[in-house]
Amino acid sequence: MRFMLVVKATKSSEAGIIPNQEHFDAMRKFNDELARAGALIAAQGLHPSSNAIRISYPEPGGKPKVVDGPFTEAKELIAGFTLIEVKSREEAIQWAMRMPDPHGFGEGEIELRQVYEVAEFTQDPEAIARETEMIERVKRKLT
Amino acid sequence: MEESAVHRTIDGIWRIESAKIIAALARIVRDVGIAEDLAQDALLIALERWTDEGIPENPGAWLMTTAKRRAFDHLRRSKVRDRKYEELGREIDSQQEPDWDEALDDPVGDDLLRLIFTTCHPVLSSEARVALTLRLLGGLTTEEIASAYLVPEPTVAQRIVRAKRTLTAVRVPFELPPKDELPARLSSVLEVIYLMFNEGYASSTGENWIRPVLCQEALRLGRILAEIAPDEPEVHGLVALMEIQSSRFRARVSPSGEPILLMDQNRALWDHLLIRRGLTAIERAERLGRAFGPYLIQASIAACHARAHTAAETDWVRISALYEALSQVAPSPVVELNRAVALSMAFGPEVGLEIVDALLQEPSMKNYHLLPSVRGDFLMKLGRKQEACLEFKRAATLSRNEKERDLLLRRASDCAAE
Repeated sequence: MRFMLVVKATKSSEAGIIPNQEHFDAMRKFNDELARAGALIAAQGLHPSSNAIRISYPEPGGKPKVVDGPFTEAKELIAGFTLIEVKSREEAIQWAMRMPDPHGFGEGEIELRQVYEVAEFTQDPEAIARETEMIERVKRKLT
Repeated sequence: MEESAVHRTIDGIWRIESAKIIAALARIVRDVGIAEDLAQDALLIALERWTDEGIPENPGAWLMTTAKRRAFDHLRRSKVRDRKYEELGREIDSQQEPDWDEALDDPVGDDLLRLIFTTCHPVLSSEARVALTLRLLGGLTTEEIASAYLVPEPTVAQRIVRAKRTLTAVRVPFELPPKDELPARLSSVLEVIYLMFNEGYASSTGENWIRPVLCQEALRLGRILAEIAPDEPEVHGLVALMEIQSSRFRARVSPSGEPILLMDQNRALWDHLLIRRGLTAIERAERLGRAFGPYLIQASIAACHARAHTAAETDWVRISALYEALSQVAPSPVVELNRAVALSMAFGPEVGLEIVDALLQEPSMKNYHLLPSVRGDFLMKLGRKQEACLEFKRAATLSRNEKERDLLLRRASDCAAE
């Protein structure tokens, strides 16, 4: 099963401050350990929200509303993520516990979230077939 | 924390740490069987202590220290025993005080690599190699291995016990193979991992949802190997092949449980993250700038399919060339048959037919249903309907799969009808 270790944004990450060497090394060591355990799927850091956009749908069926960043409430933003593949929730927790404090300054926060498997959405073969067909239609339009 | 929650947590920690610990201990005591026993002892101590006192801040280091202490005790005891032998007049000139510091400081990667080479040692049967690798490197219990392989648990337990005993009996050294033996030994390691993967992959259709565990475990071991032996192109090749094949999991079976062939799969259902990882692994191998081995070539073929957004976009010319290369490096009738299919897609059915006709003499292909099935397909495309019909019927009698047989008979009657 896959889990995502979501690193929350902080004032410093939002200000575009790159973590200092010490933190950088600690994170690299952690990713290295994950890779050597065959558990690492992906790990990425995100730019601050100042060059992000936000798309929302305030009206049902209405047009999307686009807002430029930066966004306030740093704690609700994401600064990066690490995707891992493990055997159990407990194993994922153990890995998450080993992730270094992502920002220092006592601001870091990591959220551990499980990634959905398709089978969890529905067991109904008809629904899966419908979903499949839908994705296929969308893809045909795109290509 | 309640007790079962502690146990589940310890399970998680064990899975992260066990291979490292066993590998480090094996280096100290020079015997994987004893190393595993000692590591298990440490685990038992942890289970007892952590249930009462809670889990320590750095559980991995705690386990490692405890396990190493047990290993040194073990060494001291056997030294005392040896000394007694000495008093009895036995010769022991090779005994020296072990270098504790060196034993403690060894980089984990090398130990793990030694462990993989030991569990995949050619003196063991392939079943034993697989079971021992899953157990010592994957941290799987005998019960889990048994259920993944659909065999009774005592069988697996026996296999593992016997494997450990064999390694001790023939004195397999816990070390990396000498340089000149490395390629041959590495191919045995890759073979074990791919065997594991295929066992899960081939049976993942149908009702059985347990066996993908084997695929995931093989993929995980492959990824570990790629990290600790990054200079071996074939390691990346195997990892790439497994990543790309795994990416098709969701698309391989229809909602009603029928297998779906590669060309008919809904490519939107492929796991594009795994495809990306596979392509990256191929690039890593390419950067090493050495000749492509069989895994890397197969991965490159898989990558051609993965890169095509629709089945019609498949680069069959490139795939034909890759099969040509594969038939040079690892020739086999099955590779020839695949090459024929690729060539027919790239250059027309008559080119494919020529290769397939040559395969008709091949004794190992005599009862292989795909040969008449592919030949029938070529003949059909060339408009030789009657011959095609016969081939499809022949393929149907050879096929063991009911759904496939139905399909072949349908094709046979289709050519007869026209």
